Amino acid sequence: MIEVKNIKKGFNDKVVIDDVSAKLEAGKCNLIIGTSGSGKTVLMKCMVGLFEPDSGQVLYQGEDFTHMHRDAKKDIRKQIGMLFQGSALFDSKTVEQNVMFPLDMFTTSSYAEKLKRVNEVLDRVNLKDSNKKFPAELSGGMKKRVGIARAIVLNPKYLFCDEPNSGLDPLTSLVIDKLIKEITLEYNITTIVNTHDMNSVMEIGDHIIYMYKGLKEWEGSNKEIIFSKNEKLNEFIFASEFLKDAKDMRMLEQAGKIDNDRNMDELLK
Amino acid sequence: MTLFTEFGRYLLMIKGMFSRPENHKMYWKELMHQCSEIGIGSLGIVVIISFFMGAVSALQTAYQLVSDLIPKSTIAQIVRDTVILEFAPTLVCIVLAGVVGSKIASELGNMRVSEQIDALEIMGINPKAYLILPKILASMITIPLLVVVSMGLGIWGGRLAVVLSNVMSNNEFDKGLLESFLGYNVFFALVKGYTFAFIISSIPAFYGYHVQGGALEIGRSSTKAVVVSCVAVLFADYVLAAVLLNK
Ligand SMILES: Nc1ncnc2c1ncn2[C@@H]1O[C@H](COP(=O)(O)OP(=O)(O)OP(=O)(O)O)[C@@H](O)[C@H]1O
Ligand SMILES: [Mg+2]
Repeated sequence: MIEVKNIKKGFNDKVVIDDVSAKLEAGKCNLIIGTSGSGKTVLMKCMVGLFEPDSGQVLYQGEDFTHMHRDAKKDIRKQIGMLFQGSALFDSKTVEQNVMFPLDMFTTSSYAEKLKRVNEVLDRVNLKDSNKKFPAELSGGMKKRVGIARAIVLNPKYLFCDEPNSGLDPLTSLVIDKLIKEITLEYNITTIVNTHDMNSVMEIGDHIIYMYKGLKEWEGSNKEIIFSKNEKLNEFIFASEFLKDAKDMRMLEQAGKIDNDRNMDELLK
Repeated sequence: MTLFTEFGRYLLMIKGMFSRPENHKMYWKELMHQCSEIGIGSLGIVVIISFFMGAVSALQTAYQLVSDLIPKSTIAQIVRDTVILEFAPTLVCIVLAGVVGSKIASELGNMRVSEQIDALEIMGINPKAYLILPKILASMITIPLLVVVSMGLGIWGGRLAVVLSNVMSNNEFDKGLLESFLGYNVFFALVKGYTFAFIISSIPAFYGYHVQGGALEIGRSSTKAVVVSCVAVLFADYVLAAVLLNK
């Protein structure tokens, strides 16, 4: 479990994260959603220690990570897998070498064993036959998937994904969402996902934090989110007419006015 | 003021490089990789400039020594000493500051901007130790060797040039080479080589590692890295000469 306590972070007097607290539980997909520029990436980087928060704490299993000694931090980091928004693949290494890198660094397995594990995770992100390619030869979505493969190759205890779905087609998106959900449950991982993709929100959002201009504006689950009365949140999730209609339908269904799939024909008559 | 803060950050970077390697084998592999990148990678340019600087300095020395009172073999002595004392270590390192320095700065700058350094950090690897230390060590291993190669080639280039232009014969030149030879000069050149190797790898590493922004800043920082390293090399050259050649 990761706990964030009163985190504040600004750049040159501009406050980007304003007093955010949250509990991110293990075995759940914790989503941070919000419009572009609302501070999702900065919040995530504060959690993993790439940015030093101006004030506040981040606790891993109750231990204060922010003020921890360098070596102790390193030990926790070995249990962290992270996908960066820009993938951050090593461009001098092939796909295979990229994914194998954490194994090379932290395990003593034989090459054959490592290769087997690499192919296993590449298979899980739907990426075969690209082992020998360099990042420059991949599409944006493929890079994302290699990034995810690299993040999960060591079976992390904490998984951070910064927009795993941006740049992916809906089908691959779904595969990635399912993968994230699966491994979260399978290994009881504390998973934190930044996204503005409503499909993912509905698909895997066990716990959702809505960020608005650096503030935690709303918190809840995917079951609650569409019924929320929070205006700013509604503006975000029902940005399109289509979704507004979908919400109305869902409301009607919920109220027993319609029975989805079955009574539609009658209703349309 | 900013000069002091920059120097402070530079020292902190050097200090931060020393931590227990996460995996010795991987660090060794990276060191070997850097040795081949830096050493083999700049061998070609070192060969070319060494040969020509030797040749040119021999011809110009011959041109200036018009008096019949001075034996021809003196030319060989002068070529030998200028090549060993100044040309091989300093000139080669100035050129390498451009070749190796801009490579190190832009490589690290690119890794910084595309968050590859952050990715290493998140994995629990010390990026300073894994990325910077092998580059500095590799430079300190290969650049003094290149300086030695350059001494040999420079002198050989000078010999070839004077013989080709009929100033003197091979035998005369070789005789001059052995006259009043000081082993200390080679030692001095190697001290320079090690010092400059450290300068032209650590300063560009500093500028590359601390890039902020995008592609534009990578270019800027690598230019700055080369300029600052060159100035630092010349300054160190002066200091070393003042300290070590003070009779
Ligand atoms: N290194 C930085 N220096 C200065 N300002 C920054 C820095 N990183 C982010 N910011 C600012 O912080 C704010 C939040 O940025 P952040 O990257 O967290 O947004 P985001 O929610 O991840 O957006 P997106 O969905 O587009 O990725 C932005 O206004 C941005 O300008
Ligand atoms: Mg972001």
